[in-house]
Amino acid sequence: MSELKEELKAKIIEQLNLEDVSVAEIADDDALFGDGLGLDSIDALELIVMLDKDYGIRLSDPKEGRKIFESVQVMADYIEEHRTK
Amino acid sequence: MKKVYINSIASISPQKTFDNTIFLDEITDYNDTVIFAVDPDYKQYIPPAAARRMAKGIKMGVVASKIAMEEAGIETVDAIITGTGMGCMIDSEKFVSAIIDNNEQYLTPTSFIQSTHNTVAGQVALGMECKAYNFTYVHSAISFESALLDAKMQLENDEAHHILVGGVEELGDHTTKVHRVVNHIKPKPVTISTVLNSKTKGAVFSEGANFFVVSNEKKESCYAELVAVETFNTLQKEKVSETIESFLTENNLKIEDIDVVVFGNNGDVDFDTYYNQLSEGNLSKTQQVFYKHLVGENNTVSAFGVWLGSKILKTQTIPEIVKINEIKIPEIRTVLCYNQYRGQNHSLVLLKK
Repeated sequence: MSELKEELKAKIIEQLNLEDVSVAEIADDDALFGDGLGLDSIDALELIVMLDKDYGIRLSDPKEGRKIFESVQVMADYIEEHRTK
Repeated sequence: MKKVYINSIASISPQKTFDNTIFLDEITDYNDTVIFAVDPDYKQYIPPAAARRMAKGIKMGVVASKIAMEEAGIETVDAIITGTGMGCMIDSEKFVSAIIDNNEQYLTPTSFIQSTHNTVAGQVALGMECKAYNFTYVHSAISFESALLDAKMQLENDEAHHILVGGVEELGDHTTKVHRVVNHIKPKPVTISTVLNSKTKGAVFSEGANFFVVSNEKKESCYAELVAVETFNTLQKEKVSETIESFLTENNLKIEDIDVVVFGNNGDVDFDTYYNQLSEGNLSKTQQVFYKHLVGENNTVSAFGVWLGSKILKTQTIPEIVKINEIKIPEIRTVLCYNQYRGQNHSLVLLKK
């Protein structure tokens, strides 16, 4: 699980081009949106595509993303449970 | 009709030109076929949250526009008009590559949003919260001149008071490869001192952003009066001299009235003849300068020629590095910029002190 969390942090940084953020700076429970990493709705779309492409998880309801992308911890738990890749 | 003035300038190019307090004092030599822009400290101008979605062309355009706005001493403008021949190549390549690599699946929005030709003008407008006229011309090597002409007409007719005009190009890996395949890029590296006499086909490709605030009121920061802009998609080599003379006549000038002519020579043995016939012909007694040995070739690099002409008029100095010949001029009053790319898309820009 901790490997997956590190992988997710690296992917978030790379895909969302968070130039000034390092893996070590993202805590497992940090909020990804709002006051945390400050991600926005375009980032949410990028993350939805990432879930589909890298883990075979297709979100049928985009609103689900709100809950799933709360933090790296929540994302990792969801991926562990639903991944097909 | 109102007169039009270039009240501020900004240039990000393969030379350190983003600092307006210097004028080609430090020259970076290259020995290459493709040269990249010298980066200013983008973080000083663009918040990290905005910068993370910007490819280099957008960053260059946004920062050049900020430098120009700052020098003009204004907060907003009545129009933002840009020119770009190739647009935002980096994001375009990223988006198209993703379509191919992922078999048209898993397409993400960011590179698509940022890939359009008008992204730079849009981002500049967002940055200054400017909801006025926003337009981008995509006309190959006369993209910048088309933007400049639009601005000039609006200002002359008093439809606007201050307009931000710019030209921007960025280098994309794949596009550069394609240009290499069709021999539009030089086959062997050249330095700034050898490019003009390289006797090879093609040019040294480059990127950059040049922005100007043009107004119908003269500010203290003024560089030059923008007297005339004319573009020609096609023009026979034999007709260039005659066309320049008619252009000058229309502006009540003769060849002898031109103090400095800014040529767009890029060292392409097939097309520099357009300039050579002028430098050896009716402009032989005029001070000639060139700049593409310093900043390379791209679709809006002629904006650098306007930058150079403006700077020469304001400072009344001509850096040795841009001189083709040596003519003594007591006072530089009139500058003519002439550019063409591969024998097409010719432009004439006339500037006065």
